[in-house]
Amino acid sequence: MASYDLIVIGGGPAGYVGAIRAAQLGKKVACIENDRAGGTCLNWGCIPTKALIKNADMYLNMRDKAAEFGLSFDNLSYDWSKVIGRSRNVSDKLAGGIEFLFKKNKVDYLRGTGALAGTSPSGGNKVTVTDAEGKTETHDAKNVLLATGCKARDLPFLKFDGKRVIGAREAMLLAEQPKEMLIIGAGAIGVEFAYFYNAFGTKVTIIEMMDHLLPVEDTEVSQTLEKSFKKQGINFHLATKTTAANVTDGGVELTVEPAKGGDPVVLKGDVVLVAVGVGAILPGGAEKLELTDRGFVKTNDRYQTNLPGVSAAGDLIGPPWLAHVASFEAIHAVESMFDPKHKSKKVDIFPGCTYCHPEVASVGLTERACKEKGIAYKVGKFPFQASGRALAVGEPEGFVKLIYGEKYGELLGAHIIGAEATELIAEMGLAITLEATYEELENTIHAHPTLSEAIHEATSDAFGHAIHI
Amino acid sequence: MASYLKMPKLSDTMSEGTLVKWLKKEGDSIAVDEDIAEVETDKATMTMPSFAEGILHKIYVQEGQTVVLGAALALVLEDGEEPPADADTAPAGEAKAAAPAAEAPAKSEAAAAPAATPAPAPAPAAAPAPAASSSSRIKASPLARKVAKEKGIDLARVTGSGPGGRIVKKDVENAPAGGGGGSLGLLPPAMAKPDRSVPLTGMRRVISQRLLESKTTIPHFYLNIEIDTEPLMNLREQVNAASTANGGPKYTVNDFVMRAVVLATGSVPEVNGSFQGDSILYHGETHLSVAVAIEDGLVTPVIRSAQSKSIKDLASELKDLAAKARDKKLTPNEMTGGTITISNLGAYGIANFDAIINPPQAAILAIGTITKQPVVNAQNQIVPGQRMWIGMSCDHRVIDGAVGAKFLSELKRFLETPVLLVS
Repeated sequence: MASYDLIVIGGGPAGYVGAIRAAQLGKKVACIENDRAGGTCLNWGCIPTKALIKNADMYLNMRDKAAEFGLSFDNLSYDWSKVIGRSRNVSDKLAGGIEFLFKKNKVDYLRGTGALAGTSPSGGNKVTVTDAEGKTETHDAKNVLLATGCKARDLPFLKFDGKRVIGAREAMLLAEQPKEMLIIGAGAIGVEFAYFYNAFGTKVTIIEMMDHLLPVEDTEVSQTLEKSFKKQGINFHLATKTTAANVTDGGVELTVEPAKGGDPVVLKGDVVLVAVGVGAILPGGAEKLELTDRGFVKTNDRYQTNLPGVSAAGDLIGPPWLAHVASFEAIHAVESMFDPKHKSKKVDIFPGCTYCHPEVASVGLTERACKEKGIAYKVGKFPFQASGRALAVGEPEGFVKLIYGEKYGELLGAHIIGAEATELIAEMGLAITLEATYEELENTIHAHPTLSEAIHEATSDAFGHAIHI
Repeated sequence: MASYLKMPKLSDTMSEGTLVKWLKKEGDSIAVDEDIAEVETDKATMTMPSFAEGILHKIYVQEGQTVVLGAALALVLEDGEEPPADADTAPAGEAKAAAPAAEAPAKSEAAAAPAATPAPAPAPAAAPAPAASSSSRIKASPLARKVAKEKGIDLARVTGSGPGGRIVKKDVENAPAGGGGGSLGLLPPAMAKPDRSVPLTGMRRVISQRLLESKTTIPHFYLNIEIDTEPLMNLREQVNAASTANGGPKYTVNDFVMRAVVLATGSVPEVNGSFQGDSILYHGETHLSVAVAIEDGLVTPVIRSAQSKSIKDLASELKDLAAKARDKKLTPNEMTGGTITISNLGAYGIANFDAIINPPQAAILAIGTITKQPVVNAQNQIVPGQRMWIGMSCDHRVIDGAVGAKFLSELKRFLETPVLLVS
């Protein structure tokens, strides 16, 4: 039994960041984690999948591009267990890093499952931690931060079984490479796994309800990705819903039909990856917690829940389910907790990245959203086909598309598809946060030759000054 | 753009002004800060700088006419600009001449105190700083600047909600419209201005060094004396009437004070000295330093050989030197070599004060304002009178108390028997 200023339940990008920030503020903090520090991101999401995708990139470069660069070799092969193993090693290393950060910042790292256990006599909250052997301890916490995250959602007729019907977590651990894989959902997770498995020769078919791959992205970006995926040999059925499933020991059969109605088709695969979204993981004792209609924890502008002394941050408070958003929320939640004058911010502008090849990254409004909102805008585009650097490195695919307000020329949105798009987007986020206008972008010299020149040229294009197109 | 030159507020208590003399005529081109007219206020006659540049198209107020503050004096057009249709008449409701109330002249004379120093820089009528320059020191996003510019919102009046008070678009959109331009005298709502550190200019460096040295190394002592200025004001009225009748200038009280100081220095030459370590140098001539306030400091131009100069000479020389001082065109020769200093804060309504000696001189005179007050006359009656305080700071190494007192009583004698000043 110990008494804390803050107990964080969950050790992912919201939980561990929130815990460390509170410790930096001089508070006595504990962080409870029942799996491994680092959460989904580090153990079952962002990081291990990026390791896998790097494998795919290298393999494809050798297999498909080596000849173009004048390289040749015989008998290119791969060891699937090592592909998967490398990804796990990266996660292990980083998880250890977070435990080190806890020690460095004097955060008590409590292994076990955390639960709310009512209010304590001192007016704070009681939190229980139950370890793997079922032993339970109770602690007092003046404040609690819920950061338990989300888990993959399955479908009513297609329940996860860990073998034939899998979620992202299983998809990165498959001991045996499937020959045929069905993927329901063309969001970032579905698209990244499609790219990865297809690269290693699995026959991949994506089924997506909406009209495009990555439906939240700018439509032109999605269309470009669709062309690229087609070329790579990835199958997809857009505007298609899955209506029934038949799972057997030998594989999976999905019945799909056009979303607007039409004849059903049956698709077959060894496994089906269900990547249709996530649902909140609620800790024990959270029965009285107020939820949104989609089942996420409801918080106010200061990230407080309806329970006194209990705040929440990260995936469990709703979309966007992104590690960098979760960390941002946790910092504001903790600062709001301990500094009544803290000006708390809810997430507004955030970059979204998908690490297939070509990469997709965006921040701010899509052209579609501008039209829906009736915002007068100008579009500037620059294809990597016209970029010296892109050609030099053999990556001519994709473009930079920037959307500027017509009246004041402020950057409203940036959409990049192509090599290194996920790195290029950082500048665009800064520009939007600082309310930069096209003049600041145009007056910033972008080094030559770099891919980032495309940002400069797209800006100039929006205002009719582009030199290289 | 056509603009009206208006009667400026040249002293704190001024409510109306008399246009003494136009220094420019219709058709002349004028520049900002160029002297265009002489204006008599309740305190003194001063030159009035132009607040506009262009061609002096039409003069509405003739010499000798008295108008209220803000009344249009003249119309200035840009070079080549067509005059507006109503150019021949002053804007309605503003050019009205102040009613010459019977006691008005006496009152203004009574309150008149000399102003050796020109009015301290720009009266409130001066053009407001352009919005662009004021906003460039303000933390605001590029988008916020553009929105503010388009909506005519002065960013200086917007509170920023971004990090470190940075103004973002939302702040500008939520700000009330208005700003830039604004009518005169309408102050923006009080807002906290950040502290600012201003490096010393050469002049401020000299002022700080010399006055610190003076105040810390010279054993100052202070005397003051009250002067009955009624005879002086009566004489001044006659002198000015005669002078202006012949097209001559009007004299300020300060002009008479200068002459009185020079004469008193002749009577008590011991005050006209400098301490030199092992000797005291008594100056054969009186070189009169007069403190003149200028932008960001003050200077003390010197009227040389003042003992041989008439009031008329002293007045015109001071006017020249003050103008040069304001333009920062004084030569070193014109600022050095004084033997005694006059500092006059009467124009600001200061009754009396103690000045710091201007080394290597041994005395400085502090001239206060003239006030009307009840006085006891020779018949033991309490009657309205006029009084002025003059203070004297002395270097005790040169001037003893009795010597300083003797000097002040001589000064009083000259000022209260002012015919001696003009004879």
